Amino acid sequence: MGLNSTGELTIKPLFARGSSATSRAFLFILITMALVVVGLYTDRLEPLREKLAQLVAPFYQITDVPSRVNDWRKDTFVSEVDLKIENEALRTELLIHQRKLQQLASLAAENVRLRQLLNASQMLQDTVLIAELIGVSPNPLSHKVIINRGTKDGAFKGQPVLDAFGLMGQVIDVGETSSTVLLISDSTHAIPVQVNRNGVRAIAEGTGDLNSLSLRHVSANTDIRAGDLLVSSGLGERFPVGYPVAEVLQVVRDPGKAFLTVIAKPMARLDRSRHLLLVFADRDKASVPGALSLPAAAATSTTSSSSSTSSVGGGR
Amino acid sequence: MLSPQLNLYFVIVFSFLLALVLSVYPLPMDMRWWRPEFVLLVAIYWIFFMPLTVSFTLLCVLGLFQDLLEGVPFGQHSLGLVIVAYICILSYQRVRNFSIWRQSCWIFILVGIAQLTDNWVQGMAGRPLSGIQFLYPALTSALLWPVCHRWLNAMTHRYHH
Repeated sequence: MGLNSTGELTIKPLFARGSSATSRAFLFILITMALVVVGLYTDRLEPLREKLAQLVAPFYQITDVPSRVNDWRKDTFVSEVDLKIENEALRTELLIHQRKLQQLASLAAENVRLRQLLNASQMLQDTVLIAELIGVSPNPLSHKVIINRGTKDGAFKGQPVLDAFGLMGQVIDVGETSSTVLLISDSTHAIPVQVNRNGVRAIAEGTGDLNSLSLRHVSANTDIRAGDLLVSSGLGERFPVGYPVAEVLQVVRDPGKAFLTVIAKPMARLDRSRHLLLVFADRDKASVPGALSLPAAAATSTTSSSSSTSSVGGGR
Repeated sequence: MLSPQLNLYFVIVFSFLLALVLSVYPLPMDMRWWRPEFVLLVAIYWIFFMPLTVSFTLLCVLGLFQDLLEGVPFGQHSLGLVIVAYICILSYQRVRNFSIWRQSCWIFILVGIAQLTDNWVQGMAGRPLSGIQFLYPALTSALLWPVCHRWLNAMTHRYHH
């Protein structure tokens, strides 16, 4: 379809004079195959994809409208009684968390002192930004979601993403107002982890199944068992240390195999969470507009100033 | 008053836009296998019933846009679209006279072929091949075909003739 020489709108016939449908089909199949190969084995098409990413955002915003309307309905048409009950529940929950936080503050301070004694690294606060999920990749073979934060909010490629329960994944494509997050369960994703109980290190790979990760190359005499919590180890310098990643479900010792088969279940609710947290490790809260701070994770710098102790203790 | 030709043009563009929106409409992670191939269905309809209106170039661009939208390697959907379009062009005179359920069976095979190329590209991109799951979209597309056919027919008759 297009405009002809006189500017009038015409619909282009399929059987153009000069070339048959067969030769045209053949030509287009060749072109698309070439595109697939170029796209997969080189990164020449990446700049094009980044430029065109703007066109994609409106589609995901449109498909997000029903869930937004639903949210609005839930917020608007709610009885006062329900609100009061919810308020009460939230207040109780807040109280419980505050109590835990009090303990955590003193523990964190103690941890810092002990680490100073050991001359080891120091605890820092991570800055986080709340993001909302606006879309899910339609390709069933990949586990990607689209969130409503982009370069405008400071999101960057490789940025870790959490939900309330654990590590979810990392940002792989950033647009101006939206970005794509690769989940840890995607079959092309791997994350360095350690067993929280004893510090054994491993790599957790996605399997393409939402509810399982597998640990790669765990030797047969490793101390790991079902129920162990795997936390991010911070090796590879992409994910901050200490966020829960998965829980070991099953350890199979097959004498015929060189390594253990370890299956773990992601802690994050990969298919249910709608509110995610973008982590800005080692960055000041002031440098990220709209950000909150979390007391967690150790940074790699070695300092021994007493002021850092108080800043951790007072973490909100 | 718009000319009938221009009207048809709008109907085609609108149907493809709607199909694109539906093809990225968020579904629960486990339900994604069952999503019909909306864009392919609409393309097949236009080739079957208006074989002179949709060109390979348009289909190619459409497929590339769908690839961009879904974040899959460039060329995956265009390849399926072009191959299926070619088969449709060879067979439309016969298929047009089929009963609606025989057409559905034919759609099952066409979408299945497109799924094969999809899986081939995904396999090259390093994703594990699924088992029989890759035929689910073909099944749902075939079941959706009568609805899609009727609705597009109504649209065409209302705005074109």
